[in-house]
Amino acid sequence: MTDFTWSWPDAAEALPTLLEAFFTVTLLITVLGSLIAAVVGLVWAIALRELPRPLSAALGWVLDVVRMTPLPLQAFFVYYTFTSIDVLTIGIVVIGLHYSTYMAESYRAGIESIRPGQWEAATALSLPRTRTWRAVIMPQALRATVPSLGNWAIAMFKDTPFLLVIGVVEMVTAAREYGGANFTYVEAFTIAGLIFLAASYPTAVLMRRLENKLAY
Amino acid sequence: MPTDTSPELSPDPARRAATGDAAGASHGIRFEDVVKRFGRTTVLNDLNFHVEKGERVTLIGPSGSGKTTILRLLMTLERLTDGYIYIDGEPLTHTKRGNRRVELREREINRTRKRIGMVFQQFNLFPNMSVVENITEAPVHVLGKPKEEARAEAVALLEQVGLADKADMHPMQLSGGQQQRVAIARALAMNPEILLLDEVTSALDPELVGDVLEVLREVARTTNITMLIVTHEMQFARDVSNRVLMFDEGRIIEEAAPDVMFTNPQNERTQQFLQAVL
Repeated sequence: MTDFTWSWPDAAEALPTLLEAFFTVTLLITVLGSLIAAVVGLVWAIALRELPRPLSAALGWVLDVVRMTPLPLQAFFVYYTFTSIDVLTIGIVVIGLHYSTYMAESYRAGIESIRPGQWEAATALSLPRTRTWRAVIMPQALRATVPSLGNWAIAMFKDTPFLLVIGVVEMVTAAREYGGANFTYVEAFTIAGLIFLAASYPTAVLMRRLENKLAY
Repeated sequence: MPTDTSPELSPDPARRAATGDAAGASHGIRFEDVVKRFGRTTVLNDLNFHVEKGERVTLIGPSGSGKTTILRLLMTLERLTDGYIYIDGEPLTHTKRGNRRVELREREINRTRKRIGMVFQQFNLFPNMSVVENITEAPVHVLGKPKEEARAEAVALLEQVGLADKADMHPMQLSGGQQQRVAIARALAMNPEILLLDEVTSALDPELVGDVLEVLREVARTTNITMLIVTHEMQFARDVSNRVLMFDEGRIIEEAAPDVMFTNPQNERTQQFLQAVL
């Protein structure tokens, strides 16, 4: 048995502080980080296909390195390299770039799922390369890609606490600080967990809807 | 379609003289010493042939004999291993500079490629676009036609292939035969001088073949588009083509007018092949 008793008033009191941290830090990082990851990931995926062989091989290697090293390590690395940049900006860029390598893989799988006949028809019509990407390949590839991009965004959302290593006070760190100041750790962490769940779950449902809507 | 055989009337006598060929040979399609290998497999070995402007030529032969490869080389879907292809005397992908064989740049290739259209066995319509968007995509974004004009032309072409009421449907909602007729309209929308037909009825249910072939007969009757046809529909080949080339192992082993080829083939391989398919 624990000698702990749950206190509803303490939990209620923690809520505003945690919500503030959620909206001003966690959500901000997730939204901006996802945007960076989605755009940069797409650039990687197209570059992997369009660059001449040695360059695309080199790029593939760099992306592997980023994907296979831990996020906190990368955060530290950038934090100590660019000491004059504020931690929130560093956090957003690092987490965005980290996840761009995962999203690139998702895009790549989507692009590879397009049958060669689509490329050939575009060639037979003399469509310029950029138009082929924009009007023929990407609209089809995205259908296969969007659900997994959504999953990466949710994964990123849950990874935001890692940024505490460089001093970003997102919601979990805020919960620990609040809990420490008021001796209400359990309530603070529980509320933080519920806020995560309340945000992730609807997002997952929304992604599933979007997925269905994108089907032909 | 008669070709211009007098050098004086040639638009570019200097160039024609430079190629050193008989006058007229620079019109239409010319394969010169074409080699195509896939890895260690040689599909075409030192192939030379010429198709006159406006001529309809059917390529027949067993699978793996190189017929489809010829169409794919013309459409620049495959890269020449060696040799040259000329369209009206213009090099398609490779040219001679002095004694060297040089690959043309994408922009130069594109200029000639625009004159060629292709219809595929698997239709290859863009499933994310409506029927009419499939047809207007290239006229708008390659030829720079205004959208309204391209749409009007697309609708006229759809009428021609008997699908006027399907303009705003999506390819997936159409039968295979209807999709293939849309693909024909899409190729025609670019006003090609050369049309490549790669086993266009092979993926269709038998009862849908007739409509597609009827559309193509009509195109053959009403235009002077040069056609290269790979098909197993011998009756169709007989009706539309001026000449039949029989391929085996990447070489032309016999060529004749369709009536002669289908009734009185000379080569033993041709006889065997025709016996098997007719």
